[in-house]
Amino acid sequence: MRFFEVLGQKGEYFLITLLGGWPTTVKVAAGALVFALIFGLVIALLRLSRWRAFRIPAIAYIEFFRGTPLLVQLFVIYFGLPDAGFEPTPLQAAIVGMGLNGSAYLAEIYRAGIEAIHRGQMEAALSLGMTPARAMRYIILPQAMRTMLPPITSFSIVMLKDTAVVSVIAAPEIMFYARNLVTETLQSAVIYCMAGALYLCMTVPMARLVARLERSRRAWQ
Amino acid sequence: MAPLLQIVDLHKRFLELEVLTGVSLEVARGEKVSIIGPSGSGKTTLLRCINYLEKPTAGHIYIDGKLIGEKQVNSGYVHLSDRELAKERQEIGFVFQRFNLFPHLTALGNVTIAPQKVLGLGREEAEARGRAMLTKVGLAHKIDEYPERLSGGQQQRVAIARVLAMQPKLMLFDEATSALDPELIGEVLRVMRQLAEEGSTMVIVTHEIQFAGEVSDRVIFMDGGKIVEQGPPRDVLLNPQLPRTRDFLKHLQER
Repeated sequence: MRFFEVLGQKGEYFLITLLGGWPTTVKVAAGALVFALIFGLVIALLRLSRWRAFRIPAIAYIEFFRGTPLLVQLFVIYFGLPDAGFEPTPLQAAIVGMGLNGSAYLAEIYRAGIEAIHRGQMEAALSLGMTPARAMRYIILPQAMRTMLPPITSFSIVMLKDTAVVSVIAAPEIMFYARNLVTETLQSAVIYCMAGALYLCMTVPMARLVARLERSRRAWQ
Repeated sequence: MAPLLQIVDLHKRFLELEVLTGVSLEVARGEKVSIIGPSGSGKTTLLRCINYLEKPTAGHIYIDGKLIGEKQVNSGYVHLSDRELAKERQEIGFVFQRFNLFPHLTALGNVTIAPQKVLGLGREEAEARGRAMLTKVGLAHKIDEYPERLSGGQQQRVAIARVLAMQPKLMLFDEATSALDPELIGEVLRVMRQLAEEGSTMVIVTHEIQFAGEVSDRVIFMDGGKIVEQGPPRDVLLNPQLPRTRDFLKHLQER
């Protein structure tokens, strides 16, 4: 079969080239995840605020970033920002774009987790003299984190494989090298299958972690 | 001497529903007041208004002569900020029907978190205080247990210890034994009785008529969002003046 012939002859060269994109894939995924973990929490807290002036912008943010394609958001940041005087590198644009996008999804995960905590917990904390902010920090979030950990990890898997999209703004990650290799050698089947396998090598272990977290999430000790 | 707690013409409305229709009440320092009445009579709402878990629609609450939950600005009243309100709540202990222990913390953690994060006590001092309070409610041997490993009665005693650790001026009990299995009610009532004997100021919403009779200096009967009858326990419980009070007590006995 031709597929295996090509794999045998060129497989090593393809693998080494694709692995050249691996550090960037990890950087984009990790950078965007950290960004989204922090900024998503900010958005979630605004979304849950008593004050409409905070709630409405948060809702608008979430709807905008979930309701428009990631591709469009990346183009706006990478090609649009230079008009405003910023010239992000592809890596910066990728991290910011995916981070802003991921924040919207994580905000909803956080919100669901926080809302699932019984109202009595907040009331007990307030009645002991905590401010709402302290109650959130010491009572609500630690409990919510436990239930949110599996969906957050699941989402980080989605984020990791969605980094493939940022090849369109020339961030030199796995998919970017895959496309270059295809242009160079025209062996699209082999190259894209190998790229897919590389993603699997990262996502499968993470999926196992989610399964473990879900099994252990009921015990407090 | 000025009353510790003074409630002046309190009203509370949830949309169309008038839950409190003008309640005035004074509680002296060290006094034990029980509130009884049919469900929907506004007892719990009254209690929740005292520490501003519910904002009253109208009326005012004073503790030690100080206005609670609001302040006077020029000639009007404005609600306090979160921070000011939190400061006032430190002095008012609240025991919930459903305990509301923090499930991610041990018994000791539940009792020490507020002294540490609210009063700013050091860990050792908070833990010494926490241990003392858990010992007082008879749970010295459960210090490191998580709430889910405790019985309802034990959870409620931890909740009382948690309130005591803040050394409140006033303690509010919202049907503290209503969610408990019958055989666990006694252990919680014993702790409450002990507090009463030590001179705490307590406002107790309860269906335990016998307990109310033994512990209280005064029993209040509420109906339709109002105090309709009040007085020493033997008067209100044994010789009620109003037919409504008599009916209610008779119903309770027939249970």
